Amino acid sequence: MQVDLLKVEDVSCSYGGMEVLRNISFRVQPGDYLGIVGPNGSGKSTLVKSILGLVPRLCGSVQLFGVEQSAFADWQRIGYLPQRIRFFNPNFPGTVEEIVRLGLLAAGGDKDGGAVDRAVEMMGIADLKKRLIGDLSGGQQQRVLLARALVNRPQLLILDEPTTALDPETREHFYALLEQVNMQEGTTVLLVTHDTWSIGKYANRFIYVDKKIVFDGSFDDFCRSAEMTAFFGEHAQHLICHRHH
Amino acid sequence: MPITEIFSYGFMQRALVSGVLVGVLCAVLGVFLVLRRLSLIGDGLSHVTFGSVALALALRAKPLYVTIVALPIVLLSSLGILKLTDKARIYGDAAIGIVSAVGIATGMILAGASGGFNVDLFSYLFGNILAIGSAELILALILFCVVLGTICRYYHELFAITFDEELARCSGIRVERLNGLLAVLTSLTVVLAMKVVGILLVSALLIIPAVTSLQVARGFRATMVIAALFAVFSVVSGILLAFVMNLPAGGVIVLLNIICFMLAYAWRKLASAPAGGR
Repeated sequence: MQVDLLKVEDVSCSYGGMEVLRNISFRVQPGDYLGIVGPNGSGKSTLVKSILGLVPRLCGSVQLFGVEQSAFADWQRIGYLPQRIRFFNPNFPGTVEEIVRLGLLAAGGDKDGGAVDRAVEMMGIADLKKRLIGDLSGGQQQRVLLARALVNRPQLLILDEPTTALDPETREHFYALLEQVNMQEGTTVLLVTHDTWSIGKYANRFIYVDKKIVFDGSFDDFCRSAEMTAFFGEHAQHLICHRHH
Repeated sequence: MPITEIFSYGFMQRALVSGVLVGVLCAVLGVFLVLRRLSLIGDGLSHVTFGSVALALALRAKPLYVTIVALPIVLLSSLGILKLTDKARIYGDAAIGIVSAVGIATGMILAGASGGFNVDLFSYLFGNILAIGSAELILALILFCVVLGTICRYYHELFAITFDEELARCSGIRVERLNGLLAVLTSLTVVLAMKVVGILLVSALLIIPAVTSLQVARGFRATMVIAALFAVFSVVSGILLAFVMNLPAGGVIVLLNIICFMLAYAWRKLASAPAGGR
């Protein structure tokens, strides 16, 4: 029997006594490109952080590759790209190469050699290897962080609102890169975003979260869902589905 | 006096060697502390060192034992700062302020109770690198090897938590344990540095070479190497200059560090002006 890459069961979380997630359950299979969407403040980022053990859960369980999250140690199988680096210092002295190499820590270093070169080539930033990360544009910095997340060739890539600071053109390019990683490398992608319009083109599965799961299914089901029609309005839903096809 | 004669004095050799050891440690650790916005931890711990020194002197301890008394107290204080930040839900700078105040207050009471501020206490406050004995030099060498060896062993992990703690956690790094390790290493270094520049100026040795290097270095490893080079230059030339001109070495070392910083800042501005870069 195939083991789920990720199994979330009945997870609830709260901040300062206020419930931000209620009874969330879903599974992620190998090869999925899962888009978790929802409005601002819907608990999407909390869900990702609870999956990764970065925030405590009130109840429920999270299993990564069949192992309970608290006991999970095989971090090289997961790549993570946060919304933005906390307290990011624009004068941080790390070069692109040094930052990407950080992604190899979980695997204990570059075992076969050339992993960093492969990752920066794939992200189209090979010519920036010796540049300081603080010298790069927002889009270039996100590519560096994506290269860091992918340098281990993880089986599961988790991205939390990675395109927030990007302009529309760079955002589209970023989504295309993720599609390439999913299709060509076979990497399972879990992408959290409020950018429902764009993700409709790429994800093969949607979860709509607003503190609880409002919708979980394929894009086609999403387009036919009466509940989503009521939520978005007929016109907006039509535009999303039209763009996809 | 010929320069070769200066180097022939035993006290000068001990001062130069211990100064270089301490300068390198402060510079390397300083890069982590500055980038993690923990620069003032050195200041707070140096105040605790003042309390520890006052205690040791009140107990009539010999110079080597002053260091040995100070080490565990400063170590516990550094871990106390982390605990206060973690458990008492207060910000790091406030925790440093609290521990620092306890150190100063204790030092003042002990110094007063044991007959006021005497010459010994002043030598620790303002530093007296030329008075370093052989036993203190050996202790400095041992601590240097321990601290630098630990930094080399955990370099990648320390780099990772310096870049971003959340990402580091998702690489399987035990962030709390490394934060504790960094605090312990800083404590050891602060205690070592008190004889070089004095308790009042220890934090300068932790901060200035690091921020100087950040002006010119390109790369994290390069930042640490260049910070160490700036520190070695400042310490060696500071000790020599202080000896020749009969000035307090601690003050001269710190002022040379400041001059290096200003030159590096000016160089960076000039270098980036045409391209309008960094």
